[in-house]
Amino acid sequence: MSLTTFLQQCLTGISLGGAYALIAIGYTLVYGILRLINFAHGDIFMMAGYFMIFAMASFPWIIAIPLVLAATVILGVLIERVAYRPLRSAPRMSAMISAIGVSYLLQNLATYLFTALPKGYPEIPFLKKIFQIGGLSASFVTFLTPVLTLIIVYLLIVLINRTKIGMAMRAVSRDYDTAALMGIKINAVITFTFAVGSLLAAVGSVLYFTDRMTVFPFSGSLPGLKCFVAAVFGGIGSIPGAVIGGFILGLGETALVAMGYSTFSDAFTFVLLIIILLIKPTGLFGEKTTDKV
Amino acid sequence: MKLRKILSLTLCACMCAGMMAGCGSSSSSSASSDSGSATEAAAETTAAAAAESGDQVIKIGVFEPTTGENGGGGFQEVLGIRYANETHPTVKVGDTEYTIQLVEVDNKSDKTEAVNAAQKLVSEKVSVVLGSYGSGVSIAAGQIFADAQIPAIGASCTNPQVTQGNDYYFRVCFLDPFQGTVMANYAIDNGAQTAAVITQLGDDYSSGLGSYFKTAFADLGGTVVSEEQFQTNQTDFKAILTNIKAQEPDIIFAPSSITTAPLIIKQARELGITATIAAGDTWENSTIIENAGESAEGVVLSTFFDEAEPANDEAASFITGFKEYLKANDQEEIIPAVSALGYDAYLCALQAIEDAGSTDTTAIRDALANVSIDGVTGSISFDENGDADKDMAFIKTIEDGQFKFLTTTTVKKTAPSRCRRLCIWTPLLQGDAKDPRLPLFLKATSGAHERLPRSFSICRIQKKWSTAIPQPASTVLPL
Repeated sequence: MSLTTFLQQCLTGISLGGAYALIAIGYTLVYGILRLINFAHGDIFMMAGYFMIFAMASFPWIIAIPLVLAATVILGVLIERVAYRPLRSAPRMSAMISAIGVSYLLQNLATYLFTALPKGYPEIPFLKKIFQIGGLSASFVTFLTPVLTLIIVYLLIVLINRTKIGMAMRAVSRDYDTAALMGIKINAVITFTFAVGSLLAAVGSVLYFTDRMTVFPFSGSLPGLKCFVAAVFGGIGSIPGAVIGGFILGLGETALVAMGYSTFSDAFTFVLLIIILLIKPTGLFGEKTTDKV
Repeated sequence: MKLRKILSLTLCACMCAGMMAGCGSSSSSSASSDSGSATEAAAETTAAAAAESGDQVIKIGVFEPTTGENGGGGFQEVLGIRYANETHPTVKVGDTEYTIQLVEVDNKSDKTEAVNAAQKLVSEKVSVVLGSYGSGVSIAAGQIFADAQIPAIGASCTNPQVTQGNDYYFRVCFLDPFQGTVMANYAIDNGAQTAAVITQLGDDYSSGLGSYFKTAFADLGGTVVSEEQFQTNQTDFKAILTNIKAQEPDIIFAPSSITTAPLIIKQARELGITATIAAGDTWENSTIIENAGESAEGVVLSTFFDEAEPANDEAASFITGFKEYLKANDQEEIIPAVSALGYDAYLCALQAIEDAGSTDTTAIRDALANVSIDGVTGSISFDENGDADKDMAFIKTIEDGQFKFLTTTTVKKTAPSRCRRLCIWTPLLQGDAKDPRLPLFLKATSGAHERLPRSFSICRIQKKWSTAIPQPASTVLPL
């Protein structure tokens, strides 16, 4: 393999990893607070793609992007209100099944509303600008994705560790009932968590689809599943874990394809999941939980 | 203690993996029951209307994906069939006029769901089945139709296995071995020396067509420098394409679904790949131009139908009528080839029912075997495998945002007409020259193998073959 090819593959891997990381954070955040695996997250990501298509049809990108972010946040919060909140005191499994239901609902709603034909993702000129460095050829978004991911993660960690709402989030994640007794508005914290998760999904969606150009009702399903693996790999509930998991997954998959085993690139993802569950079930950075009897 | 822990963890991992696998397959196959039930409701109302007016009703099953990966293309095929039903709403069986009622089911582009959908059609007691878009689902459901003795007419399922060994499956399109050869010929004629092939893992259409192209291309003297595979619903092809770019092929052959096509095309051009990108019939779809935009310029594909050159009067009236129908249904006004094939499949069914003079499914099957019509995509009659005798493909390219007709290609069948099946003998393929059965094999096939690609030793299946030679492990391909 020539150096150019190697570098090109690295670039692809890092960029893919960045997008995975952004989505994986959404899983991890919600799990950290609610102990709920939000299976609809991948589909929120897909819906954000569709929102962007419609927003860009009537507005320039500078207005369209905030609009999409807002719409996605509303969708995420709405899902929490309708599908998860009524089940909060129900067994955890019920909420998870509800999440799977929401996931199918969104996929089919998208098929019904927008047809199963792929829709072209609008181009944001400055993101799509193609850079040629030697034999390397990549658009600006490829470089931007990992950088933006790291910046967002930094901001998120500051938010969680330094702000009042962050403290409330940590408290809720530790102990739900006690936090409520201490006067923390649980519902507000959970809504906020879903808002942040959906916001990241929307950002991830803009970066991911700008690079990959088309949206169809199932475009969220595979990335969603993989990012869930990334979150588990890094230790579900841990933000740095999700980011590292995302990057490892992106790079690993790309490396496997680069070596000529494109057939096994997905198998890699799930073998990784099995291995980590066997060796370190809490994931790379997962906290050890002790069950109180 | 430790052992127990490991054991429980293994169990846990297996369960999780099982769960993931479950999620994977079901998420890709989940379907919109909304659209399904809506069409069903529509079908029921027409049935009720027909019953009121005292007409006799004959049911034709429409077995197509309207959701899932191939939902878009499948829907276009359904539109063709619905339009045909609109223009030809009745059929004469003997002296009685029967109203045709379409029973639409959604096979959700998924092989498991396809079986359920097929069973639903059987229980609805349809007389003929039309479809499906996507060879995999047709292969999966084929046995069910055969067991129920209901004839099925495939519109655009091009994989040989659809009709092979199934007396009840027919189809109105050409086959993948033919299509693969056509494209390989085109590539060689246009100076391509090296090719890369991208196929979808677990998709019968994509992997089948890819391998036929590969074989044909190698036989014509080209080299396949790279073979890559991708997963269903995959959206990132950069890694695959970077590999291909390093090999610098002259042509990239990427038979795939229309959801995948624009992704491959755009990402390839973005990586600076200038090679011609080619594919099969699925790519003749305006969504590709719409989504891939300028990157789609220069893409080459083979297809069944060309709206600029109507083959006969039927085609001319179809083109004008169907365009209005598309407009009324808020679709692009470019006629997809699959709609034309869906229309033709419907016409075949109609003709067969009329010829049979009965609503009995076996009688219709027998009539179908001898049916001959002038369809929109040319004249159609079936050979003993149930495949349409078509030996012409249209090759088109995308130019200025439109499909532009390039050339028609006819590939002469190289083997004698009686010899429809080729058998590749695995030990010979692997070059085991010491195999004691080799002389017998060569004797049984003398002459035949000379006309066939030298890299393969191929024989005609004859009575002699099975008696003279101990049955080897073999792959059977129809020609």
